[in-house]
Amino acid sequence: MGKSLFEKVWDAHAVRQLVNGQTQLLIGTHLIHEVTSPQAFGMLRDRDLKVQYPHRTFATVDHIVPTNESVEPYSDPLAQGMIEELRNNCADNNVTFFDTNTGKQGVVHIVGPEQGITQPGTTIACGDSHTATHGAFGAIAFGIGTSQVRDVLATQTIALNELKVRRINVNGTLPPGVYAKDVILHIIRLLGTQGGTGYAYEYAGTTFDKFTMEERMTVCNMSIEGGARVGYVNPDETTFEYLKGRPYSPKGAAWDAAVEQWKSFASDTNCTFDDVVDIDASHIQPTVTWGITPGQGVGIEESIPAISDAPTQSERDSVAEALEYMQFEGGSPIRGKKIDVAFIGSCTNGRLSDFQEVAKYVKGHKVAEGVQAIIVPGSQVVAKIAEDLGLDKIFIEAGFEWRAAGCSMCLAMNPDKLVGDQLCASSSNRNFKGRQGSPTGRTMLMSPIMVAAAAVTGQVSDAREVFGFASAGV
Amino acid sequence: MSSTPIKKVTGKGVFVPGDDIDTDRIIPARFMKCITFDGLGEYLFHDVRKTESGEDKKHNLNDPRFAEASILVSGNNFGCGSSREHAPQSILRAGYDAVIAGSFAEIFFGNSTNLGVVCVIASDADREIIASAIETHPELEITIDVENHEIIYGDQSVPCEIKQGARDSLLSGNYDPLDELLVGADEVSKTAGALPYMQA
Ligand code: SF4
Repeated sequence: MGKSLFEKVWDAHAVRQLVNGQTQLLIGTHLIHEVTSPQAFGMLRDRDLKVQYPHRTFATVDHIVPTNESVEPYSDPLAQGMIEELRNNCADNNVTFFDTNTGKQGVVHIVGPEQGITQPGTTIACGDSHTATHGAFGAIAFGIGTSQVRDVLATQTIALNELKVRRINVNGTLPPGVYAKDVILHIIRLLGTQGGTGYAYEYAGTTFDKFTMEERMTVCNMSIEGGARVGYVNPDETTFEYLKGRPYSPKGAAWDAAVEQWKSFASDTNCTFDDVVDIDASHIQPTVTWGITPGQGVGIEESIPAISDAPTQSERDSVAEALEYMQFEGGSPIRGKKIDVAFIGSCTNGRLSDFQEVAKYVKGHKVAEGVQAIIVPGSQVVAKIAEDLGLDKIFIEAGFEWRAAGCSMCLAMNPDKLVGDQLCASSSNRNFKGRQGSPTGRTMLMSPIMVAAAAVTGQVSDAREVFGFASAGV
Repeated sequence: MSSTPIKKVTGKGVFVPGDDIDTDRIIPARFMKCITFDGLGEYLFHDVRKTESGEDKKHNLNDPRFAEASILVSGNNFGCGSSREHAPQSILRAGYDAVIAGSFAEIFFGNSTNLGVVCVIASDADREIIASAIETHPELEITIDVENHEIIYGDQSVPCEIKQGARDSLLSGNYDPLDELLVGADEVSKTAGALPYMQA
């Protein structure tokens, strides 16, 4: 019987079985950032341990860097302290650090792939739950806690239980105006925020075959929002094409050998999965969340559910809690909700193609009065290319702020925060209570194009109508 | 590090209602601007407990009747969201030893177990019974019997589940895996040696 990519990569990296039945798994590539690594380095110092494979750990700084202030010391001394701590830890331990002066700094899940560090058939870990992003390349990528960051630094391994694999086939062509972000919001709505617990998600089908690497990353990125710690797409020509010539990609003869080996990791056609889900791409609508979990989403043509629509008491409680927090009325249409802030960026949708697509449509439009709209490139590399293409000018002309690379308003660790109960149309990945910095701030997740449509109309709108997509309203 | 085996956890309980309690709620990101975990206990469930102007909200976590609690009882999918170990660290540092929930998000569960914070699963109905017992008798001692899959309160008990691997680790005191991982160093270099991308 054939094996899935997950099983093959797992087997190639399994070191041995531990006493409690878990596997000691080799982590080939370790990515770190300033929030979840300092305590781990501290634990190493406490135990007098050294970084075992320093050439396999790569660092960047993303969460705390202000995106509207580039000169250090930053006005927030805590942020300054964190970046310095990371700098020192990397220097002391011979770890490569893509610092703010390298032209390579950015959100860790954007930096790894664009540097060619993220490769098929590898295991990757990072003290960050969106590490599954790297699965887009056919890697098995785990989000880990700080004690496990310590374990990787000290041993290049972690203790893990093997996961089951659920294959999610999406077949067909996405309607115009429907994007990878809508695919993953749709999947999470369908399977729930805990549907993926215990599973790795293998995304496949003709829709994924046609997706670019950036689209695959957007989907894999949000696997954790569906409860799956790992999500991946089998490597193919699109993957190899993307990686060719990147700074850390193999070169020359080693490249050909690597591609051969990478191909061998793809799931065998005759392998069996623990579960299979089939989705028809033509049924997916531009999707927007109305609640406080990423699973609480509806298509733009739908209404927010009413409390009485939920089948069980605990679900009714969840809907009621979400409606109260969001200040929405059950049964009201999702479109037309007035927004205060629009945010395009994050490790979900902060890549070049996201900005190119938005630029194509916002040209000639203006951000609505009273709306603060910010666009934040996911990395300095993305920022540079976007600026070379003149995208920044298009955005600024349309009334958006164009920032420096970082996590920005995806979470509340830098100056970009919601104020009071502001409502934000956001291309990020989490709409939890307080996620964007204000304990009463409200987040609606959607694709970058849908955020742009909300920005220029001042309310949640159907981007297909606002921007005149070919088959609007179909 | 081999630690003291955890066979049982005993303490008073507090009920934190709701499903999908995410790690941003357990510890809001703005309190994570720190380079050690010290002091995180103070911010546990900060925005659940406090209004924006810093006053206490009406919540079980602020209720003096539950001030001595060391066991949290909550809903389904507890600890979802971010992988931040700051979440179980703040739970531990605020004086809680265990969480009883309907289910746990995976990364949270792993992080907690590594720290010796006991996470057990009980059914909706059983958690409701425990929650109402706590409500009527806040002084009630609850015991989570890890070995026998049981939650005992007063003279009653309900069953609970805990993942086999985690249970073994707690019972043997090997829940922090670092020492065992360090022992495997030779085998690690063998496994790494077979992988081209691992070479310096
Ligand atoms: S962009 Fe958001 S989700 Fe991604 S790493 Fe930064 S804070 Fe986390």
